[in-house]
Amino acid sequence: MSLVYIGACSHAPGITARSERADPKVRDEFYANLAIMREDIQASGAEALIVIAAEHFANFFMNNMPAYCIGMGDEYEGPIEDPDWLRIQRTKVPGNAELSKRLIVEVQQTVDVAFAEEWKFDHGISVPLHFLTPDYDLPIIPVNINCQGPPLTPLHRAWEFGEALRRACDSVPEKIALVGTGGISHWPATPDSGKINEDWDREFLERFKRNDKQAMLSYSDLETYRDGGQGGFEIRTFIAAAAAARGAQADVHFYAPIPIFAVGCTCASFEL
Amino acid sequence: MSLYYLQKVLYDLNRDPLVQAEYLDDCDSLFNKYALTDEEQGALSKPDIGLLYVLGVNGQILMHFAAFHQIEWDDYLRLMREGIEQHGPVRDGVYAMTGQGKNFTIDTEAPK
Repeated sequence: MSLVYIGACSHAPGITARSERADPKVRDEFYANLAIMREDIQASGAEALIVIAAEHFANFFMNNMPAYCIGMGDEYEGPIEDPDWLRIQRTKVPGNAELSKRLIVEVQQTVDVAFAEEWKFDHGISVPLHFLTPDYDLPIIPVNINCQGPPLTPLHRAWEFGEALRRACDSVPEKIALVGTGGISHWPATPDSGKINEDWDREFLERFKRNDKQAMLSYSDLETYRDGGQGGFEIRTFIAAAAAARGAQADVHFYAPIPIFAVGCTCASFEL
Repeated sequence: MSLYYLQKVLYDLNRDPLVQAEYLDDCDSLFNKYALTDEEQGALSKPDIGLLYVLGVNGQILMHFAAFHQIEWDDYLRLMREGIEQHGPVRDGVYAMTGQGKNFTIDTEAPK
């Protein structure tokens, strides 16, 4: 089989931790679109969900920082954050080590991906799962792209990683859903938290919708840091998802800056 | 001694309840396992969120540490701004303040 669903959404701790402080109308519309993503993943018949995330020092540190890593466990746990703070209870999340291994072996044909048999989720994965698989009944295959500890993998390599994931999914019989989760522009966990460059976000999303490889890969990290903040480095997760969609166009169902969530909140899916 | 070890102790603390317990019970014992200056140890034990931010601790690491101390979000942002006022600009890393201290959230919240 292959990928039966490819989507993209935002993550941020504020999405759950500070929910009551957002404009209720905008917040509820965002949550409703996340619910549509959940329903679409269920309707796809997916047997596993790959989450391409940008984890934030929950598992990897600068003593040994992989550019790319795929989880290879039968079980994960998270979130690492204080559950009362994040408002997501710490729990076990099912994985599928055997499926992960088959995917990793294929990805390794073109990308020197790391693997991890244990993995602690942080808000980067736990917040999306809170909305997309709230019963934790779908095996998760966590994937990380280093977007936090420079030097960062070049954008064209993130694209090639997405292509490798697609090829790997094509090589297994299981139905698999894939969601990339990241920025777009944001200055998270700094005094600038809540700053969002909406124009920059919308320009990126136009490129993303067209699945315009050249345009998406044209950003330099210096430009991204200037215009999209350190959170903007997470466009790598969207770019990898776009590459996995292999030229398909994206439908951006929702985009709105929600400053108290510290990110321009996005929900999108590809027309497979 | 370096931003690397300062962030390393916080990385270990953020993800490991046993390290958290050691931090609460005997932080000196914990700090001795890392190459930390007196300034860094003081900032960790107080905790001085503003100084840790100025020293360059990545926000994704510092945010978790603040949550561990039950520091509310608005207070977390305020403490970082106060750190800038007291100690000057962020000295290292990629989490510098670029908004001149402006509060980007307060004016856009829903009415309470």
